[in-house]
Amino acid sequence: MKELALSEEILLRVEKPARYIGGEINAVIKDPSQVDIRFAFCFPDVYEIGMSHLGIQILYDMFNRREDVWCERVYSPWPDLDRIMRDEHIPLYALESQDPIRDFDFLGITIQYEMCYTNILQVLDLSGIPLWAAERTERDTIVIGGGPCTYNPEPLAPFFDLFYIGEGETQYDALFDLYKEYKKGGKSREDFLLACASIPGIYVPSLYAPSYKEDGTLAAFTPIAEGVPAKVRKELVLSMDEAPYPDKPLVPLMQVTQDRVTLEIQRGCIRGCRFCQAGQIYRPVRERSLDFLKEQAIRMLESTGCEEITLSSLSSSDYSKLKELVYFLIDETHVRHVNISLPSLRIDAFSLDVMSKVQDIKKSSLTFAPEAGTQRLRDVINKGLTEEDILRGASEAFKGGWNKVKLYFMLGQPTETDEDVRGIAELAERIAEVYYEIPKEERHGKCQITSSTSFFVPKPFTPFQWAPMNTAEEFLRKAYLVKHTMRSQLNQKSLRYHYHEADVSMLEAALARGDRRLAPVIYRAYRKGCIFDAWDEYFSNEKWMEAFAEEGVDMDFYSVRERDLDELLPWDFIDCGVTKQFLKKEYERALQGIVTPNCREQCNGCGAAVFGGGVCFENKN
Amino acid sequence: MKIRIKFTKTGRLRFIGHLDVMRYFQKLMRRAGVDIRYSEGFSPHQIMSFAQPLGLGDTSEGEYVDIDVLSTASSEEMIRRLNEAGKEEIRILKYVKIADETRRSNAMSNVAAADYRVYFRGGLPDSNMLAAFFAQENIPVSKKTKTKEEIVDIRPLIYDWGLEEEGLFLRLSAGSAANLKPDTVMEAWNAFSQKEGQAAEAGHSEGGTQSFPYHFHRLELYARREGQLIPLYALGEEIKEESAE
Ligand code: SF4
Repeated sequence: MKELALSEEILLRVEKPARYIGGEINAVIKDPSQVDIRFAFCFPDVYEIGMSHLGIQILYDMFNRREDVWCERVYSPWPDLDRIMRDEHIPLYALESQDPIRDFDFLGITIQYEMCYTNILQVLDLSGIPLWAAERTERDTIVIGGGPCTYNPEPLAPFFDLFYIGEGETQYDALFDLYKEYKKGGKSREDFLLACASIPGIYVPSLYAPSYKEDGTLAAFTPIAEGVPAKVRKELVLSMDEAPYPDKPLVPLMQVTQDRVTLEIQRGCIRGCRFCQAGQIYRPVRERSLDFLKEQAIRMLESTGCEEITLSSLSSSDYSKLKELVYFLIDETHVRHVNISLPSLRIDAFSLDVMSKVQDIKKSSLTFAPEAGTQRLRDVINKGLTEEDILRGASEAFKGGWNKVKLYFMLGQPTETDEDVRGIAELAERIAEVYYEIPKEERHGKCQITSSTSFFVPKPFTPFQWAPMNTAEEFLRKAYLVKHTMRSQLNQKSLRYHYHEADVSMLEAALARGDRRLAPVIYRAYRKGCIFDAWDEYFSNEKWMEAFAEEGVDMDFYSVRERDLDELLPWDFIDCGVTKQFLKKEYERALQGIVTPNCREQCNGCGAAVFGGGVCFENKN
Repeated sequence: MKIRIKFTKTGRLRFIGHLDVMRYFQKLMRRAGVDIRYSEGFSPHQIMSFAQPLGLGDTSEGEYVDIDVLSTASSEEMIRRLNEAGKEEIRILKYVKIADETRRSNAMSNVAAADYRVYFRGGLPDSNMLAAFFAQENIPVSKKTKTKEEIVDIRPLIYDWGLEEEGLFLRLSAGSAANLKPDTVMEAWNAFSQKEGQAAEAGHSEGGTQSFPYHFHRLELYARREGQLIPLYALGEEIKEESAE
């Protein structure tokens, strides 16, 4: 048996040692002497979260199909092991080979949310890789970032050698081929990075320089070397059926957050909710074929032995063959004794029928995401869900035996008034009333309507990218207002309400729309001991505020400030297909409360048609 | 049909917990195509029962799980399939059919004794002192329950011992009636050797200051039949090719 990087003594001292031993089912082992490129794929959070992520599974499989590449995985060591590794100078290692990351050619980090930024520094630091890209030398691992947060990579720019903008399936082969050439030809790291800038989708942050106006906004953002493109266009897969998808996904040996097989049915979303970044950056919608999905589902269930399968997409109800797929899966999973977990579907006769077949009605709840309390505000955010839809759906469900409803809302969206805020509680009340209108003998006890609010954070590449954000005080005032309004409802005993602290959202907002001047703040926060910011028990707002203050950076400038429509934004150099002009138009329509139809009802010329595929060309040939 | 499976837990997989082992087997059954029986309901689960959970970090070549199957190939074939779909650290050693009445008292409640080998990370202990330890008529240890703390004598629960080249062999009472964990024996030994050792050389015991001085390796689990201890698998019979159904 291969030796483990950590001693038995350490493994027995830490919580959940299974996080650190590798050896998962379907993990790929290769002979390091037989490959040209060692790639460590990192999800900068704890193992259980990282192992539940589909993107890594896809690229892990794809990279390892190449004989000359060995792709392995690494996750953030939990604070208990983090401490030990620092004290005992144990370098961070990859799970498969248990070899130190710093001996790898590449460290690829998927950046899924802002609150993992300090964990990125943790991973670099524990690996012994210089945190600042500028300090790395020929021998150092090349650090490449990907994932949704790279649509504004600027706050992290000085820590990365490369960013991959868009979907990983398309350009990694070119990148690996180029790297091999560079390695063989004895060319320098600098040469390599410069050459990378010509690969579509690859952004080399060191080859661009920002300049700022007196008011602190961006004046210019320009390439500083010959041949480096001024704009980087996102990469995307056009034919989803031809893109690689793992036949044998990794199966962890310990319980992880999502212990199941995931079937990605489509990418992108036809509904342009105006607060939603995913809805814009993954445009246009591209579906996988029904046949592909049927075969893939069976292959993955057989190779993993998982007891559950789930569908992944931004809006499953919009998948054109959903009925066929779901009924096929219900039959298949039934004979295999496998559970099927359906992501929140739009509530209608079909989804209620399906849910009654696959879940225990008494235990399960219905989920609606109205996102705003009044129709006026739902029109502003372009959430095409009406009160009538909700009440009808709830009524049908209550008659079908359900009595629990979950509602998701956001506080602080543009133009929101107190009436909209109170509307959250009032909508919850009306749903409860629908329940109690049912004759008593047909009801199943009391109903339970649980509303949760999150705080709206404006994100790059959305129509709200210019919008102001509420202050933390404003958020909390609104949350109290919801709570108070709930208390004055007739059926208040059936209403529940959850919200969380606002501090994390403020920080998330600053990082989401930030620029390079935030890198020293992140660095300082990390040096103060911030890691696992996404975890309540580890998040320290105090340390972060100190970091901002000590770096002399005004957080409000990045978080709450309304941007001028003409301002040069830090992420404007990225071309995600959707044009700035379209986003502006959408912002204006939002402020006027005009809804925009979805891509299947009518194309709105967002710009994503340049990629030449997907929904934009459905029924057009 | 009731099947009893004997397996190992070694190498890096000794760091996965008991619940993880259960989940591992649930998936293994599917990958290996075992025609296992499921419960009814919305979340069907496999009918499966494990004997004697092993401590985290301990290794074993004598683990057991009982399952219910609707049909099966021969023992040889099933072992091959399970090992092909599984990890080398959890190797299937036996796959035998057990009588229904044996199953009624399942793998867990069958257990009467267990063999262990204790490895000493800091070197073997002094054999004379060890002999003196086991020669005691009583070995009282304090046992904490939720409400009280009581003194129990573990000596009668130690059925056999022997110092071997690699470590200390122990045969201990196990199962629901009177379960003695090897850790408890070694804690008592620690206390004993420290007391004796202090008198003799004022040094510290073989465990030294290490926080995990022992590594426990389980060798076998036994049931009692007519006063005799027999390995759990021996209560079943091998499925030959012809008799497979
Ligand atoms: S170009 Fe039209 S159809 Fe294509 S994504 Fe944009 S709005 Fe939708």
